[in-house]
Amino acid sequence: MTAYIIRRLLYAIPILIGVNLITFVLFFVLNSPDEMARMHLGEKRVTEEAIAGWKREHGYDKPLLFNASAPGLARLTDTIFFERSVRLFVFDFGSSDDGRDIGHDISQRMWPSLAIAVPVLLVGLAVNISLALFIVLFRATFVDLGSVVVLVAMMSISGLFYIIGGQFLLSKLFHLVPISGYDTGQNAWKFLILPVIVGVIGGIGAGTRWYRTLFLEEVSKDYVRTARAKGLGERRVLFRHVLGNALIPILTGVVVVLPLLFMGSLITESFFGIPGLGSYTIDAINNQDFAIVRAMVFLGAVLYILGLLLTDISYTLVDPRVRLQ
Amino acid sequence: MWSANTTETRKRVKGRVPVRHSPGARLTWGQAAPPSIWRILLLTLPFVAGCGPAPWNDPYPRGDAEGNTFYTSFEERPKHLDPARSYSSNEYAFLAQIYEPPLQYHLFFRPYRLVPLSAAEVPEPRYFDEDGKPLAKDTPAEAIAYSDYLIQIRPGIRFQPHPAFAQAADASYRYHRLTEGDLAGINRLGDFEEVGTRELTAEDFAHQIKRLAAPWLHSPIAGVMQNYIRGFADLAKQLETQASSDPVARVQALRDASIAGVEVVDPQTLRIRVNGKYPQFAYWLAMPFFAPMPWEAEHFYAQPGMRERNIVLDWYPVGTGPYMLSENNPNLRMVLSRNPNFDWETYPAEGMPGDLEAGRLADAGRPLPLVDSAVFSLEKEDIPRWNKFLQGYYDNSGIASDAFDQAVRLGADGEPILTPEMESKGIELLTAVEPSIFYMGFNMLDPVIGGDSERARLLRRAISIAMDYEEFISIFANGRGLPAQGPIPPGIFGYQEGEAGINPYVYAWRDGRPVRRGIEEARRLMEQAGYPGGRDQETGRSLSINFEAVATGPDDKSRLNWIRKQFAKLGIELVIRSTDYNRFQEKMRNGTGQVFMWGWNADYPDPENFLFLLYGPNGKVEHQGENASNYSNPDFDRLFNVMKYMDDGAERAAVIDQMVEIARRDAPWTWGFNPKSFSLHHQWVHNAVPNQMANNTLKYRRLDPALRERLRVEWNPPVLWPLWSLLGLAVVLILPALWLVRRRERSTAL
Repeated sequence: MTAYIIRRLLYAIPILIGVNLITFVLFFVLNSPDEMARMHLGEKRVTEEAIAGWKREHGYDKPLLFNASAPGLARLTDTIFFERSVRLFVFDFGSSDDGRDIGHDISQRMWPSLAIAVPVLLVGLAVNISLALFIVLFRATFVDLGSVVVLVAMMSISGLFYIIGGQFLLSKLFHLVPISGYDTGQNAWKFLILPVIVGVIGGIGAGTRWYRTLFLEEVSKDYVRTARAKGLGERRVLFRHVLGNALIPILTGVVVVLPLLFMGSLITESFFGIPGLGSYTIDAINNQDFAIVRAMVFLGAVLYILGLLLTDISYTLVDPRVRLQ
Repeated sequence: MWSANTTETRKRVKGRVPVRHSPGARLTWGQAAPPSIWRILLLTLPFVAGCGPAPWNDPYPRGDAEGNTFYTSFEERPKHLDPARSYSSNEYAFLAQIYEPPLQYHLFFRPYRLVPLSAAEVPEPRYFDEDGKPLAKDTPAEAIAYSDYLIQIRPGIRFQPHPAFAQAADASYRYHRLTEGDLAGINRLGDFEEVGTRELTAEDFAHQIKRLAAPWLHSPIAGVMQNYIRGFADLAKQLETQASSDPVARVQALRDASIAGVEVVDPQTLRIRVNGKYPQFAYWLAMPFFAPMPWEAEHFYAQPGMRERNIVLDWYPVGTGPYMLSENNPNLRMVLSRNPNFDWETYPAEGMPGDLEAGRLADAGRPLPLVDSAVFSLEKEDIPRWNKFLQGYYDNSGIASDAFDQAVRLGADGEPILTPEMESKGIELLTAVEPSIFYMGFNMLDPVIGGDSERARLLRRAISIAMDYEEFISIFANGRGLPAQGPIPPGIFGYQEGEAGINPYVYAWRDGRPVRRGIEEARRLMEQAGYPGGRDQETGRSLSINFEAVATGPDDKSRLNWIRKQFAKLGIELVIRSTDYNRFQEKMRNGTGQVFMWGWNADYPDPENFLFLLYGPNGKVEHQGENASNYSNPDFDRLFNVMKYMDDGAERAAVIDQMVEIARRDAPWTWGFNPKSFSLHHQWVHNAVPNQMANNTLKYRRLDPALRERLRVEWNPPVLWPLWSLLGLAVVLILPALWLVRRRERSTAL
């Protein structure tokens, strides 16, 4: 397994270079260094000298990808792309374009993101799996049909609707929780209730329907029939045998998103005023801060690769037949 | 009290001996749950029900509302809090409370008037010729070689407590030689244990002016100041070539450098020498750019290891003002608290007629600030911001478009008044015309729509009439604006009220008010211009004009369609060229657009700050200036050069009238509209006075926290029946379901 993990990590390097290159090209197609300078210097009274000075100070005065005037290898290395990318591979994110340390910001802002994402994931999993098993228990009945209709309706509704609806009902109408905001320590819980409820309810439609499909596939298998034939109760069949055997596809979906929990949610964090990494990314895009955008995309790619690797490893844990070579 | 109940509940639950069940014991459906679970549920009920009066949806820690704290929100994270770099209103909301430039705007006086802040008095410029001989005040501007501003610093002003000033017993600075070991465990400014202060001196102002020239700080006004402050450009060049990249060495380089036009006469006196005559310089002295900066603070933040912890001057201001930034988390909350070293300023005793009667001078002579602290919460979305205001958790608020109808309606005379819902809450509305203009500009370099030909001029005038800004304001700004009659907004010297102030090319004066000229008149102008019915009578082709638009969302579509319809009234086909703001700016810089919409917010309340937008040598294409329409008229430019040096008075007003008339005749803009700001505040907020130029008005606010606390409780009672209903529903659904499960399990196959 060690050789497999090392091989997968080595595969990750060209993927990360590719991701970085695509991010770089997409960003600079839309935002030239001149425009970034204008954005950071303000709109009023900006002179060409000031723009040139800002670019020089932030290292944006070099060619983007290829420096034709440089000798030898410096044609590739004396460029914005190389200088801005190479440090990422040792997780040195550097400074944002307004001078703040990105690594420090990420370390501060990942906790609010996790404070929302982890409860939503865990509670959501429990609720979705329970509901899915309940529906499977009544498969091919009106309960099943009605549930599927409701689930399809729920997954068709925009996440924004759940957020605004949740804020309207729980905070504005019933005055039960703050409508938005965040705090640290023990004061955080009252701000987490609403986003977690909204996150869980908003995920029920798609999640439960997905698990229902998985469980339905399992219950038609021979081992389930055998379990019933030997007299096991339906609950025992479902919770012990069906759930256990459906763990591989569940893990595929869950483990791969675990690292991405750090990245936060753009819309949820914005509407609930959560100072996490999702709002950090969206602010950087709006402010044309390439340093942060690049760092967050790189981090997202690393975490995604890590998630896939963890998924592979988790297969070996839940299914002894799987061997990584 | 709710919190007390919570504590009690926790204690009780914690104090119970847990009931252990034997491993083999099974709890079957229908069997009673162990007594402990029921008891725990019962004990938790008071927590859920909430016996105390405290609102459950209060976003602040319990008890905060009783403090003398102002609660408000901010929408966008400030990028810079360094007064040399900041040039944005959302940053000034904080900076202006912390830093004190020499001058400020009087809270009440209109037209806006400068009064001393950290200066002892408003400096009167003294004029000199090339030989240094003093000149009379009325000397023509072209004879003045330079002007001196002698600024007397108000004695006794002290900086806020800050670690940069902390000194050891031997008078050495406690935190000026920090090592990595010293910084272990330091993550924010508050982690430094010791603080100190010292008295403000003229050297602090001189240091800040030198910082404006520092190339590594990229001050947005460096380009402007190098034209005025003597030696500014030389210092900038010197710093660029000499300064090291080491931040500490840079601070030292600034301290060692001198600037020809800035002289520290004595610890309480500063002389600034300005090229020629520049009356507007006094306004710059009221902006944070000229606030004093102690070298100790800059040195403190420049030390190794500080940037890695994001402890930088751009993030942690050091000022002399009434407040200091005690919590800086712009991703969540910014907290200003009273600067304990601020003790000299009192509430103004003079106001405009009516201010006394309205009770706005009730606090005259009271020491400022009247509020102990202010909590600014980051609120990016309109819906939560508005609802928190209605719940009483923000003391003031703007009005988003979506909430406008809920908050404001038009009275019988067309004036905005509050809806009954707002009135029932005791909310008050403040309106003020902003010193800003949103205009539609014509690119004067364009061969069709631009230029000095009579044909193009008539075409622009026809479009000016067709663009029905009254309708635009009604539809797209909820009535929050005034159709502009020229480049100068209301409240700025040179603006004229009434019939004398209307743009006669677009409006007629009827029944005591300006009435937009009819579309028939615009069509006649089109005929005179050679475009009858919108067709070029020489080529027979339909006139097609490109409109450069910044359109990023679905809401823009209706606005663009409306503009297209206005042009269609004249038979002109308007081609909308939507793009993002970067591309739009690029088109403006290259002069490739034809018609566009843009705006300008005043830096200072002087007509020069608006008329320079039409000054030829300020053209965007040729000179990279702010004259986006690239308008150039020699008469206008000549008058501008006369007007900008004049003091306010009848003579200057006459020159401005001539300039405005030229601009109206040439119509490089459709003039657009001057936006009106609407803001709301709760009844417990006093001394809220609309002042569009002053940013440091927080110190004047007064609160009634007891009333706020009472009303918050009254407005936000927790509604519990949904919780019980949900519980009931769960029981109603789950019990039958469990019954079904049991039945299904026990059922036989046959």
